[in-house]
Amino acid sequence: MVAIDGHSDAHAHSDKPSFFKRWFLSTNHKDIGTLYLWFGMASGLLGGFLSFMMRLELKEPGIQIFASEHTYLVFTSMHGLIMIFFMVMPALIGGFGNWFGPLMIGAPDMAFPRLNNLSFWLLPVAFVLLVSSFFVQGSSGGDGFGGGWVMYPPLSTSGHEGPAFDLIIMGLLAAGFASIFGAINFITTILNMRAPGMTMHKMPLFAWSILVTAFLLLLALPVLAAALFMLFFDRNAGTGFFNPAMGGDPEMFQHLFWFFGHPEVYIMILPAFGIVSHVVSTFSKKPIFGYLGMAYAMVAIGVVGFVVWAHHMYTVGMDVDLKLYFMVATLVIAVPTGIKIFSWLATMWGGSIKFTIPMMWAIAFIFLFVVGGVTGVVLSMPAIDVALHDTYYVVAHFHYVLSLGAVFGLFCGFYYWFGKIFGVMYNKLLAQIHFWTFFIGVNVVFFPQHFLGMQGMPRRYIDYPVEFATYNEISTYGAFITLAGVIAFFVMLAEAFIVRRPAADNYWGEGATTLEWTLSSPPPYHQFNTLPRVK
Amino acid sequence: MRKSRILGWLGSAALAAALAGAAHAAGVPTDGSIGFQESVTPNMDMVEKLHTIAFVIITAIVVLVLGLMIFIMLRFNEKANPVPSKTSHNTLLEVVWTAAPVMIVLFLIAVATRPLYYLDTIPEDAMTVKAIGNQWNWDYVYPDHGGFEFNSAPLTIEEAAEKNVPGRLAVTEPMVVPVGQKIRVIVTASDVLHAFAVPAFGVKIDAVPGRLNETWFEVREPGTYYGQCSEVCGQLHYNMPIEVRVLPQAEFDAWVLEKNPEYVKNEGITTEARNTNTGE
Ligand SMILES: [Cu+2]
Repeated sequence: MVAIDGHSDAHAHSDKPSFFKRWFLSTNHKDIGTLYLWFGMASGLLGGFLSFMMRLELKEPGIQIFASEHTYLVFTSMHGLIMIFFMVMPALIGGFGNWFGPLMIGAPDMAFPRLNNLSFWLLPVAFVLLVSSFFVQGSSGGDGFGGGWVMYPPLSTSGHEGPAFDLIIMGLLAAGFASIFGAINFITTILNMRAPGMTMHKMPLFAWSILVTAFLLLLALPVLAAALFMLFFDRNAGTGFFNPAMGGDPEMFQHLFWFFGHPEVYIMILPAFGIVSHVVSTFSKKPIFGYLGMAYAMVAIGVVGFVVWAHHMYTVGMDVDLKLYFMVATLVIAVPTGIKIFSWLATMWGGSIKFTIPMMWAIAFIFLFVVGGVTGVVLSMPAIDVALHDTYYVVAHFHYVLSLGAVFGLFCGFYYWFGKIFGVMYNKLLAQIHFWTFFIGVNVVFFPQHFLGMQGMPRRYIDYPVEFATYNEISTYGAFITLAGVIAFFVMLAEAFIVRRPAADNYWGEGATTLEWTLSSPPPYHQFNTLPRVK
Repeated sequence: MRKSRILGWLGSAALAAALAGAAHAAGVPTDGSIGFQESVTPNMDMVEKLHTIAFVIITAIVVLVLGLMIFIMLRFNEKANPVPSKTSHNTLLEVVWTAAPVMIVLFLIAVATRPLYYLDTIPEDAMTVKAIGNQWNWDYVYPDHGGFEFNSAPLTIEEAAEKNVPGRLAVTEPMVVPVGQKIRVIVTASDVLHAFAVPAFGVKIDAVPGRLNETWFEVREPGTYYGQCSEVCGQLHYNMPIEVRVLPQAEFDAWVLEKNPEYVKNEGITTEARNTNTGE
């Protein structure tokens, strides 16, 4: 036994597998993490393209770009599904989680490397299923599914007779199972494979964030899977779970969906919280302020996040006492969120702050997350939500926490760990251009949408009364600026891989104290064959 | 023309915003406005008042965080503060920033509860109109007035321009209600989900097949008020507007007689007739 272990160790050190074996049969957490990152980037391009076409269409009143109104709805629906399930989740959890979960806790790999491989490779399968729905009959209006990412019946059952939505159900089930397997893997790894001496209360906050996220995935996704199966049977097997004519209830689906959907919001933002904590601490050259409070604030957000779901459905015709409960529960989340914000500020307070690229993303993240967070407080009150529900105010709100929150966290981590992952450094000027164009662009896109929502412009409209023209036009100009930012990002990426400036082991210096900085950049194919000891 | 609109907007954004509500007719959105549509019901008054309170609080929070961040960036950057402190705890501070949000949350719960119950409690003496959402138009039924019903379909942009009414908002035949009277709207749908919404009234409620939802409002001023379907319902979702014409009582009565000549005011109708009229 010992001999076999020794042999495989020596072998692993000497050579990396061939290209095909390395990237297609990979069981190495770092390679799988890299695959997730590239995959997320590719789907982000498609999801971003869909939203850019929507903004082009909305630039002025009338219908200019889209041949059919149905196609516009297909674009909105697919934009949401792709960005959530195939961009943010794979990149933040699959990408950074796989890369730095094990590295930060001093583990040689994930607990179940082959399950890890399955988790990743289910995703392209899911993606192909989902994207193929574009080209398959959806409703009488044309190809594809246009019922929104929330997929409410009866529009997703009797309203979409064609097979397009069945493909989406299959795709989401595949992606869901991939995430459940990933969650099992992360929980097992983090609970059992921490280096000697690393107690839970010494574990880096990013590992904490992945642990909490994994529990949310494990508890929320089976409910989504159940709801999707019921939709599938309603569509294809004659059941009537959500069909009022058969004693079913369309509202029931909304409860099931949001029981998954609200934790999903935290699934997307918690890993970003973890990343930002490390970046803020590194570049303030100070330890995280109130570490335990930060860790347990994430746990609290995760727990309370499971009992607030119906604030997404205040207008469904809910009992008034129930609305009061959901308002109170939702407002409670402001408390742990406040702890996080103030602890980041306190980490910076008294620090010696270096404004590196990742730090700029982190600071922008904190501010924009506050802006998105406070509009969430407004929306949590049913007596205000009645005016804002399903308007552009909601679109602005959740893009501030996701498109400007989770995505800023994503870029923050990407620039923080770029050299560690790829072994080369990026050009700072190009990265600056990326940051500023992107920052200005997304704010110009989404800030005016608050005003559209206040004036009552509903979501998912291909055309609108002329009275909504000005802010829509400004918002579309923002999309052009954002596009420039995305181009800058890819120029930055190409330049870094062409020039190949080698990255030092710890290129951030004294402030970077977690275990990944004790390794080379990129780390050896297998690391921690002798487990590090944590004091 | 488009250019000048943007320039005008940049030049007078604040002014326009301040005047928008007052300067423009109620019931339609105002281009360039940053606030709500002008309220014409006690319902929307409630919404607006609560929103103002919330808005002051959230603005204060954002300004506080932004101010702290700017101060930190100026005071604690590498040049200004070369040697970082090692502080990572301050119990008092942590208690304060946990307690302060708790106080704000408690305050918001206190001020948001009464409007919630106010909006959700349908007055007993309300007149009833039933709205039924279809792909992609509305049916209105008047069970209190003999149960007549009619369809309300969107005008095309050209038709609207011809009649000089707002495009994507005006309809063939609006819902009509009397001014100063509490109106209960019973909302349902015949095919998929829709939502009945009129921003100036502070009203939005889902139209769900197989289910009767209700909401209410009471309009202060006669006029024409517009809303739009607010739950995605398929390809023409953007084109199923809601138009509500609010008339003085006498004109409303005349309209009812025109729609239903057999209806006699104040004589009421038999329970039997009412049941057949409101039933599915
Ligand atoms: Cu509709």
